[in-house]
Amino acid sequence: MALFLSDISSPDTYRVKNIQGADTTRLLEMGITPGIDLKVVRKAPLGFPIEIKVRGYLLTLRESEAKCIEIEG
Amino acid sequence: MNKEPLSIALVGNPNTGKSTIFNALTGLRQKIANYPGITVERKVGTTIIGGVLHKVIDLPGAYSLNYKKLDERIAYETLIGSYEHEEVPDLVLVVVDSSNLDRNLYLASQVMDLGIPVMLVLNMTDVAEGKGIKINPDLISSSLGIPVVAISAKNKTEIEKLKGEISNFDLSKPEALKWNPDDSLKEAMDLLINDWIKLHTDIPDRAQAIEALRLISEGDFKDAFYTFEDEGKGRATIRKAQQIIEQGGGNPMAAEVLLRYNFIGESTSEAATHSAQSEVSITDRIDAFVTHKVAGPVIFTLVLLFMFQAIFSWATPFMDMIDLLFVEGGNWVANTLPDGMLNDLLVDGVIAGLGGVVIFLPQILFLFFFIYILEGTGYMARAAFVMDGFMTKVGLHGRSVVPLMSGFACAIPGIMATRTIENWRDRIITIMVLPFMACSARLPVYALMIAAFIPSTTVLGIFTLQGITFFGLYIFGIVMAVFAAVVMKRIFPTGQQTPFIMELPAYKMPKWSVVFQNTAERGKVFITEAGKIIVAISIVLWFLASFPKTEMPQVVQSESTEYDSSFDITENPESYQLRHSFAGRFGKMIEPVIEPLGFDWKIGIGLITSFAAREVMVGTLNTIYSIEEEDGESSTLKEKLINDVNPETGKPVYSIATAISLMIFFALAMQCMSTIAIVKRETNSWKWPTAMFVYMTALAYISSFIAFQIGSNL
Repeated sequence: MALFLSDISSPDTYRVKNIQGADTTRLLEMGITPGIDLKVVRKAPLGFPIEIKVRGYLLTLRESEAKCIEIEG
Repeated sequence: MNKEPLSIALVGNPNTGKSTIFNALTGLRQKIANYPGITVERKVGTTIIGGVLHKVIDLPGAYSLNYKKLDERIAYETLIGSYEHEEVPDLVLVVVDSSNLDRNLYLASQVMDLGIPVMLVLNMTDVAEGKGIKINPDLISSSLGIPVVAISAKNKTEIEKLKGEISNFDLSKPEALKWNPDDSLKEAMDLLINDWIKLHTDIPDRAQAIEALRLISEGDFKDAFYTFEDEGKGRATIRKAQQIIEQGGGNPMAAEVLLRYNFIGESTSEAATHSAQSEVSITDRIDAFVTHKVAGPVIFTLVLLFMFQAIFSWATPFMDMIDLLFVEGGNWVANTLPDGMLNDLLVDGVIAGLGGVVIFLPQILFLFFFIYILEGTGYMARAAFVMDGFMTKVGLHGRSVVPLMSGFACAIPGIMATRTIENWRDRIITIMVLPFMACSARLPVYALMIAAFIPSTTVLGIFTLQGITFFGLYIFGIVMAVFAAVVMKRIFPTGQQTPFIMELPAYKMPKWSVVFQNTAERGKVFITEAGKIIVAISIVLWFLASFPKTEMPQVVQSESTEYDSSFDITENPESYQLRHSFAGRFGKMIEPVIEPLGFDWKIGIGLITSFAAREVMVGTLNTIYSIEEEDGESSTLKEKLINDVNPETGKPVYSIATAISLMIFFALAMQCMSTIAIVKRETNSWKWPTAMFVYMTALAYISSFIAFQIGSNL
């Protein structure tokens, strides 16, 4: 079963497998490309947005965007 | 040496220090205005290098030329020269955050495709070094084929270095090296360019490749800024182009981006080295605390509390001073000039109107001073992150919190502060609900009504009914704002969805020159643009309240029957004039309309005059009730309100139901010309202020109607 960034509950480093959905282009443009490692840093008070570290910088994603990022299990 | 004046465009991702470079280059020789018809700000300035005056344009921050936001679209349009008031720049400086090279070079590689001379400015080299990243500018320059200059814009001498590089830039240099589209992407681009873009659009040659790539990844030309005669054919061609990529095993939304990142990876693999670095930076350590699940919201609340306390206590003396200045100035003019219409116009129209504009300055300046500090340090993005979960539940955005809270002081700076919200739809909803926040101009009205009609009964030992009413009015405003936001979220079309995807920049000390300069700019924009409208409306309101000129007859006993037989208070010339003015007649005229709300013609006049500012209501009632002393004498006004009796019924004119109805009306109605003026300026159209006026006033009418009808029948 495919695993998505939105399913993650523990802060850890994950490898991006694939990007899909409506925001594909922008997520890729921000440097979240397949094969890259990203670190889930923390979650906001209500669970989303989440804060991730990718290519050395910090980025926040809402649930709808985290759902587009498939990660290796 | 470049002896010819150049037009130089600054392009770059947000948070790259682009504005710092712009300010350093142009100093105070800069102009800020809106792009016509839209709300993106356009900053243009000049810089002198070696005796030549160059034009510098600071384009809005963009992550990509494949625009997702209005800001990015403006950057794109300006660069390709299809923005109507701008020629294609002679030279583009792509400002890059050296600590985040890959993502920044993505935009640079797009700009390089446009065939405009490009120079790469590696900024924030000090930050990169702190992160253990060493960059060799010469290697990057040779692998990209463009000149590269590494600076830290914070440093004055480095700006001189940049100026030198601009001056020595060889505009005739060979074009930049390019990433290479693979075969299927190339085929798809050619198809789109030849079968659609060349035939049906007027996109300049240089931008056709970028436009083709944009269409392929977008899948449609929705939101395009061109009109086409044959959209069906266009869509079919785009689909065909996408199919070529799909057949080649690629994803049309990803193909270009992946190839560009490969190109960037190759270009920087040797030029940038990452030394092993302790994983936990200062930013990480601050964030662990500031964006913590529990501590985060608490810290944010404290920051807001401090900020608004400071705004209230620091701005008040300035506001009192301005008020005094204009009152004294008005008195001086009134006593110096001969009596007459010109005197009245100057004193009660123009000077009072100008005073009404300037009075907002202290709050605007203090609020933006804090906002720019919070932006400058990087905290604002964290606040948005912490609050976004709560705010999206009610249809707003994490960045809506600060503007909405500012609304408690005054809606004007609050609406100006919505600029920090990038998404247009989130921003417009925030603007539209913001005036429900109980601003300080409502205080005098609330205070008068509560003091006069709400009993000071003690509740639960420590509270009084008056205090609870006061608190209730604030909560009422918040509840209505949330309610309106939820409704609007359903009504407003989503349009092109802007992703939330927000960068959290590394913490740094704010650049004070930028903070002060930007704060001053906000004040200037308010005075020059919203100020015009406010002064104009002030003059109209003055006219309505002063004309037609009527002399109070010696004997007025029969006169009062014309209006209201209850009005047997001794009149003075001012109250007589006001009652017989256009505003007075209008107040009387709308009495049947406002009667179901429990208001009589006296309140009607107040509703009209308080459009200048809500607190004017109290002054107007003072005038109508012929109270000689204008300010600070609300106790006498209070007595008069309580004792005003309707002779037909023998009952008091005002009841608790009237008072509650009036307070609800003031809480909800759009009664502030300055708000209207600033919404016009910030949305760049009369559509939104009109909609705001209509829906808020309608809501106020209905709510007051219900409140009064229930209240008076209890």
